[in-house]
Amino acid sequence: MDLSLSTRTVGDRTVVEVGGEIDVYTAPKLREQLVELVNDGNFHLVVDMEGVDFLDSTGLGVLVGGLKRVRAHEGSLRLVCNQERILKIFRITGLTKVFPIHTSVEEAVAATD
Amino acid sequence: MATVELRFSALPEHVRTARLVAAAVARRAGVDEAVLDEVRLAVGEACSRAVGLHRSHEITAPVKVALIEEEKQFSIEVGDEVPHAPHTPGESGAAEDGDGDVEEDEMGLAVISGLVDDVEVTSGRDGGLIRMTWPTAPPAVALA
Repeated sequence: MDLSLSTRTVGDRTVVEVGGEIDVYTAPKLREQLVELVNDGNFHLVVDMEGVDFLDSTGLGVLVGGLKRVRAHEGSLRLVCNQERILKIFRITGLTKVFPIHTSVEEAVAATD
Repeated sequence: MATVELRFSALPEHVRTARLVAAAVARRAGVDEAVLDEVRLAVGEACSRAVGLHRSHEITAPVKVALIEEEKQFSIEVGDEVPHAPHTPGESGAAEDGDGDVEEDEMGLAVISGLVDDVEVTSGRDGGLIRMTWPTAPPAVALA
């Protein structure tokens, strides 16, 4: 399965809904999308990963890159994920300490730190 | 001899194929269903790393994957053909390459070592090899 991306605005947050597989082949598309959003002035991002079937370190790299970009503008990047197999990758790489991870888009949108 | 061997051009789009094949062969070999996600991820990481290394060193040779079914265990070897100067892992000094590549390379290895208990990473003048091994359960077939 390929990668699917869609974005919508909820209040001052931009929700990026990601579906499919994020790997070495598809990660550049996600990177482009995040870069474009930040370049267009969207600095508070919520990446909804509930539809993601597969995530590897290339995908993690892109998310970290996105976080760096929004932070440069005092923004935020929050993740929505309940899937154990995806959460496990964040845990073994220590990235659960880097990303706020929420159980729903509503919770992520409402979060303020 | 490997049960299944795979060679593919060092292109990112083929990594998914390698993941699917590896998971299918692992399942057949008797690797626990609960571990197949880890097999898929680990082999993907190893292949992505090899593809990256081949591309950054402009090596046209294919990336090699060997899926080896043995008694009570299943191993996957992913080989690249990038000549490595012998060095001890963890020693610095390898940062002369593009540092972005080094970071991704390290992240991939970090994921593999976090996932797989039995992993060996070797490298020499002929290239590098990542060997990962998982235990297998004997097929639960009743021979009544």
